[in-house]
Amino acid sequence: MPIPTLRQGEFLIAPIQVDPTDEDVLLLATQLLERGGLRGVSAVIIDVSALDVIDSFMARSLRNITQALRLRGCETAVVGIQPQVAVTMVRLGLALPGIVTTLDLESGFEALHRRLRSRVE
Amino acid sequence: MRHSTGVFDPALSESRTIYLAHERDIVAARAAARELATAIGFGASDATAIITSVSEVARNVVEYAERGEIQIIADADDPSITVIASDEGPGIPDVQLALTDGYSTGNTLGLGLPGCRRLMDEFELVSVVGVGTTVTMKKRLRS
Repeated sequence: MPIPTLRQGEFLIAPIQVDPTDEDVLLLATQLLERGGLRGVSAVIIDVSALDVIDSFMARSLRNITQALRLRGCETAVVGIQPQVAVTMVRLGLALPGIVTTLDLESGFEALHRRLRSRVE
Repeated sequence: MRHSTGVFDPALSESRTIYLAHERDIVAARAAARELATAIGFGASDATAIITSVSEVARNVVEYAERGEIQIIADADDPSITVIASDEGPGIPDVQLALTDGYSTGNTLGLGLPGCRRLMDEFELVSVVGVGTTVTMKKRLRS
């Protein structure tokens, strides 16, 4: 089941629905890499606020997506990690190094705007 | 428990068995864990710990053994969730190594087992090369 993505200016927003299969996540990765490479798209926001679980597969996938998008010139933010999910990730040792994470969409936009403006052209 | 009322009937215990053969089954295992953890009355943090541990061990079965099963047991009498994930896969040659907590160095065997051991209250791993693996974990409701 494809995860819908929304385009807003230079931003691409992908809200992950509740409990995706591994295949859904891989499909999302493919979609983001395709659409993240479109002219005018410079940032991707992955909204995980609907997820009540982020396991090692999801954490790995988010890292891979972020790294691949960076190679394509896109910045990524993962937004909306729920409090109990954050606690569990820390206990599991699932870090998201180098990935911008914010509380919500709005702060995600702000964080990515700052990153994009500070890029050396 | 057929519904969650927050009132325990000690006579009631419920379990779900999910056959694991496809990655889609990992989602089914998580759903069963979610349902039973909620029915027992686990708070959000502990429920997440249980569901995440279930996801990790279920994924191990699918990835390494190709096929197996996971049983999730909700006990209303000793309010707790017990998870038994078993397979007839290749087995883990070095169990001690697999359970070594290497997350701080980012270096684990990728089985997520040390993490599950941290998230759950009780954890047992039995594995025989060429025979299979069984992981048993339990988390109790804190009052």
